[in-house]
Amino acid sequence: MIRAHVLICGGTGCTSSGSASIQKAFAENLEAFGLTEEVKLVQTGCFGLCELGPVVIVYPDGTFYSRVTAEDVKEIVEEHLLKGRKVDRLVYADTGDEAPAVEGNVALSDTVFYKSQDRVVLRNCGVINPESIEEYIAMDGYAALGKVLTEMTPEQVIQVVKDSGLRGRGGGGFPTGLKWALTAPNQADQKYVVCNADEGDPGAFMDRSILEGDPHCLIEAMAIAGYAIGATEGYVYVRAEYPIAVQRLQKAIDDAREYGLLGKDIFGSGFDFDLFIRLGAGAFVCGEETALMTSIEGNRGEPRPRPPYPAVKGLFGKPTVENNVETFANIPQIILKGVDWFTSMGTEKSKGTKVFALGGKIKHTGLVEIAMGTTLRHIIDEIGGGIPNGKKFKAAQTGGPSGGCIPAHLIDTPVDYDNLTAIGCMMGSGGLIVMDEDNCMVDMAKFFLEFTVDESCGKCTPCRVGTKRLLEILDKITSGKGTLEDIDRLEELCYYIKQNSLCGLGQTAPNPVLSTLNFFRDEYVAHVVDKKCPAGVCKDLLKFVIDKDKCIGCGLCARNCPADAISKTDYIAPGHKLPSYVIDPDKCVKCGVCIDNCKFKAISKI
Amino acid sequence: MKSLAELQAIKERMKDKVVLREGTNATRVVVGMATCGIAAGARPVLSTFVEEVNALGLMETVTVSQTGCIGLCQYEPIVEVFEAGKEKVTYVKVDADKAKRIANEHLKGGKVVVEYTIGANQ
Repeated sequence: MIRAHVLICGGTGCTSSGSASIQKAFAENLEAFGLTEEVKLVQTGCFGLCELGPVVIVYPDGTFYSRVTAEDVKEIVEEHLLKGRKVDRLVYADTGDEAPAVEGNVALSDTVFYKSQDRVVLRNCGVINPESIEEYIAMDGYAALGKVLTEMTPEQVIQVVKDSGLRGRGGGGFPTGLKWALTAPNQADQKYVVCNADEGDPGAFMDRSILEGDPHCLIEAMAIAGYAIGATEGYVYVRAEYPIAVQRLQKAIDDAREYGLLGKDIFGSGFDFDLFIRLGAGAFVCGEETALMTSIEGNRGEPRPRPPYPAVKGLFGKPTVENNVETFANIPQIILKGVDWFTSMGTEKSKGTKVFALGGKIKHTGLVEIAMGTTLRHIIDEIGGGIPNGKKFKAAQTGGPSGGCIPAHLIDTPVDYDNLTAIGCMMGSGGLIVMDEDNCMVDMAKFFLEFTVDESCGKCTPCRVGTKRLLEILDKITSGKGTLEDIDRLEELCYYIKQNSLCGLGQTAPNPVLSTLNFFRDEYVAHVVDKKCPAGVCKDLLKFVIDKDKCIGCGLCARNCPADAISKTDYIAPGHKLPSYVIDPDKCVKCGVCIDNCKFKAISKI
Repeated sequence: MKSLAELQAIKERMKDKVVLREGTNATRVVVGMATCGIAAGARPVLSTFVEEVNALGLMETVTVSQTGCIGLCQYEPIVEVFEAGKEKVTYVKVDADKAKRIANEHLKGGKVVVEYTIGANQ
């Protein structure tokens, strides 16, 4: 008889930190201690706290072990599973540095990280085995599809989705119900449902986690969409760089077919639906809906002008609904729990929850799902555990290369589609990169521009040439050769690219520049006029100097300098016995090794 | 899948297998499983509780787990029952038969088996 479950995270984060070897060690140790009949091992999807991976959870206690290694496993099995003594040193200590581990028992659900979340989309991630269709069914899986097929008309389904106020989670925020309603009436011999799983924003990985942790949820939702708009086929366009996601989704599709949840006459309702995976080669532009469909058709992934919109002429020229993974993942819950439940979360125009991938200068990097309208302060300080090393919050970047930044004075902004748009930012797919005082905003804009220059497909001139020119101006500014006129030209070019690009990639590519210009113009000016980088990032504008009165002459910096740029002087500071050192700016490569090595804080960047 | 009943049947069958992970159960049965407990025979007690809870269909309201040494080694195997809003009940010198009775009378019937409690055995 099974009395305990050991859940091991098999998401990409924990897999790369070694969860497969942990699972193997558990299997061996359970065998060795004769517990295989009593303890069940379950591989799950992402728990969200990737920073602390590999993550292991033991139920029924809900004990949350973090950063487990294969060597720790024997101890967990012997102490916890055999003798019932939790291995305190591995139990996650909640809020990080300050709070002590609650003795012996920190249940996953009690940690601040999880307590403040509303897990709708991620409800099964880290709870069920994603490769078991039966575990999904145990969690009310496929009940929504059953309800839709046996009790509701397609019109009613669309009405429910409309009433729920669900908006596209891939970035644009277009109302999902409206999209379905626009597609449903168009007559054709074939219609399609397409899932956009071409997650491309640097730092965003919520779609991957859903595919890895709860793939059946997507299948169920796509079948519901098929029923609503009258489509019998669906495609999931997913990046080939997500091998675990692809493999689990394929298994889920195979299992669903075997159980008759995909295929002909589902639930005896006469409704047919089947699903296919198409792999993307990792081009960012293929996340744009028309480029994505062109790529599925077997052509080079380039966008095309709209109209006609996909609702009229989409995949293979047929009416098509295309939604993002996270959007779809909301659908079964909305059908089962109802519009009132869904609309009780969120703000007036943004209902439900949003998943964010927290990254950058934050303690708990990972995946969080919060109700729309939660303030940025709450996400960063409470759920994310704040900024490490006592640094000050400077800005948060959302929406990846299409988005902008939220500066410190707007940290109390409730996060939803309209509020972010109003401050020149963008929800995007939900990447949230936290920056502190050591981040240079001009450099950040340059980073995203480098990305869009690489990823521009080249079809239209404003994007292909425009983004390249933007990057060149940014390069000029960060290398100290910029002028004030450059800043004006930069801004002018941004607006031109926004207005004239063919697709979303180009139309949003200038956002990181515009947003930083708006909130941090002084930093641009400092680079141009003072030839200084206030955050000390842009190397061309930095100078490393030794304070000759603080230097005790130990010579550690000189011995570690890779460029031999540091040498002894004749000057001995009062109170010191040895001559101080000096840095030759012509030889200095600005690597920072000297600063790291100086124990007397005598070296600084100016 | 041809009917909702089929889906429901799978759900019923599987529910018991995942309910353990919800961790919201009102009642917790904790068996002392330190060296002293194991030496005194706590393992069969633990398995009896797990089996009985399943047999009685109490999986959704009762969880069975272990703990380390409670400090009263001479009374092992010790079993503690925590119920929301009620005082903890401590059973001592439990064996498989007693466990069966506790499961039936206390966990299912709601009546504390007074004669096995620590109060009755001091």
